[in-house]
Amino acid sequence: MIEARGLTKRYGGKTAVDHADFTVLPGRVTGFLGPNGAGKSTTMRMVLGLDRPTAGQVTVNGRPYRSLAAPLREVGALLDAKAVHGGRSARNHLLVLAKSNGIPKRRVDEMLDLVGLRSVAKKPFRGFSLGMGQRLGIAAALLGDPGVLMFDEPVNGLDPEGILWIRTLMRGLAREGRTVFVSSHLMSEMALTADHLVVIGRGRILADTGTREFIDANATSHVLVRSPQLAELARHLTARGHRVEGDPAGGLRVTGVPAADIGDIAADNGLRLHELATVQPSLEEAFMRLTGDTVEYHAATPQPSPPQTPPAQDPPTLPQAPPQDPPTLPQGPPPAPPQAPPPSPVPVSDAGGTPTPPDGVPITPQNGPTQTTGNPGWGLT
Amino acid sequence: MSDATAAKPAKRMRFANVLSAEWTKILTVKSTFWTLFAGAVVLIGFSALWALAFSASFDDMSSNDRATFTPMLPIQAAFYFAMVIFGALGVLVITAEYASGMIRTTLTAVPRRVTYLAAKTVVLGVVVLLVGLAVSFASFYASQLILATKGLDGSLGDRGVLRAVIGGGVYLALIAILALAVGTLLRHTAGSIVVVFVLMFVLGIVGGFLPGSWGDTVNKYLPSNAGSAILSPTRQQGELAPWTGLALFAAYTLVLLAAALVLFKRRDA
Ligand SMILES: Nc1ncnc2c1ncn2[C@@H]1O[C@H](COP(=O)(O)OP(=O)(O)OP(=O)(O)O)[C@@H](O)[C@H]1O
Ligand SMILES: [Mg+2]
Repeated sequence: MIEARGLTKRYGGKTAVDHADFTVLPGRVTGFLGPNGAGKSTTMRMVLGLDRPTAGQVTVNGRPYRSLAAPLREVGALLDAKAVHGGRSARNHLLVLAKSNGIPKRRVDEMLDLVGLRSVAKKPFRGFSLGMGQRLGIAAALLGDPGVLMFDEPVNGLDPEGILWIRTLMRGLAREGRTVFVSSHLMSEMALTADHLVVIGRGRILADTGTREFIDANATSHVLVRSPQLAELARHLTARGHRVEGDPAGGLRVTGVPAADIGDIAADNGLRLHELATVQPSLEEAFMRLTGDTVEYHAATPQPSPPQTPPAQDPPTLPQAPPQDPPTLPQGPPPAPPQAPPPSPVPVSDAGGTPTPPDGVPITPQNGPTQTTGNPGWGLT
Repeated sequence: MSDATAAKPAKRMRFANVLSAEWTKILTVKSTFWTLFAGAVVLIGFSALWALAFSASFDDMSSNDRATFTPMLPIQAAFYFAMVIFGALGVLVITAEYASGMIRTTLTAVPRRVTYLAAKTVVLGVVVLLVGLAVSFASFYASQLILATKGLDGSLGDRGVLRAVIGGGVYLALIAILALAVGTLLRHTAGSIVVVFVLMFVLGIVGGFLPGSWGDTVNKYLPSNAGSAILSPTRQQGELAPWTGLALFAAYTLVLLAAALVLFKRRDA
């Protein structure tokens, strides 16, 4: 278990982590999500006692990291896979770590086998590829069979096979009852891996909640409609006070109405439907909505990207939509993403929320802009 | 957390484990061997060269110079060139960790900074002491072989010679530890080596140019001059007494090490 209370870190005048309170519990994968520069790595360095908090504290299994007698037996961490002496062999690197914490030598070879580095164990680290380095880092983290594991952007730069391997590993570790804390800014990855999310933006904890709940609370599902008579359909829908937007891939996005009702409206008016699909909100979308104003380094987006465009202004697909939008235009939701085009939805199924499902039910997203609940096309991992 | 974790007792970090890890660490990088090898070659080689030079020019030396000649002189001269190399090893064992980021991996395994730096100091000290003693003796024998051609050689049985030769090994170990302290303070290889070079080499030369009796006094307290006193079989003019000099050098080392430790504990890794 990792507990942060009022955890704060300032570098000079810059506040990297700002009174962070969160708890990372065992038995599930907790994602640590935040934009670049949000303070994820800084927080993790403080967990490991590498950086001293300016204020507040963070404990692992109830104790400050620096007071652990054999820390590698309690916490395994992979912060920077390149943090290895280039001239030392993989095996010797692990051997040094094992010795420092009184871990039996045979664990070194077991871990090398586990991560598949046996054949290069005697090679100097400087010749290792990114993926090999990452595997060595994982081996080091698992060396002491720790109950708490922490990974900073573990899939960064890995190929699909490596990503799948790490994802499966993390879920497996959580299922064994360990505490798994993993940072990422890859929302889709987190949606697949994390049961629980701690969301950070500009050093502040914005959310500490189940993945499912987070998405539900911060993004809404919508129905995607395609029809050769889109303009007419839009008129009927807006006339009933439903919120309608153009979808960048063509078609209409209707919010707040079940698909069945839309189908009925179309049928009642003799309109043809080519597609009618409920699109689940993505973690990405939820994340963007929540952190939209906390992103520190915005890419300069080509100007015209008004996310909340009233239907009428949404160029190609949408014909004249009535201006009387009032009831539906939400006052609540924070401004939508700065990245212009609406999020490419990654369907999130029930990956989260509760303690690990028996089989981990990992789900991979389909490609393409539209995914429906009805046809999720879930690949198995 | 797993049952295994919960069952683990909360003991103090074992110093022996950290020592063993640091021992493995220093022996598993090639730079250790290359640095020590280079130090050995320079110290032994320059001792032999200076012995040759002294043998060749002894007849032309002033009577005063002849009177103060000791069989340790070639080694003392060679030390000036070799010291910095052993210092480089002391610098590297810590700055290489900063350069690669290994320091964060290390401090994750050993979060107690005092324990860590203590273990590193002990291991470095022992390694350089052992190698230093061997090299010091080798330098002595190599130079005596050459000096013998002119009958200038001495033996370990002569007054103060054994102390000087053994003291040479101890001095090298202290130099490496001082360099470790500098490296820990600066965390940068090139900068640290320059500082060690200035402390051990440049300062000693500059000290020789200091004017007046005030200059002479300051000169003998400079780190390299204080430390080198141990290499003289008998106390020389303008030098501290051998053990006093070495003790002073050890004190300098200790002060730097303490400063390094204070910063090391306080700073973010
Ligand atoms: N040692 C440091 N000195 C000064 N500022 C720092 C230091 N480390 C981090 N920062 C600043 O603190 C903020 C948080 O950085 P941090 O690396 O924790 O973010 P992050 O969430 O890990 O980002 P990323 O996703 O890019 O890895 C950044 O603005 C960064 O510039
Ligand atoms: Mg980071």
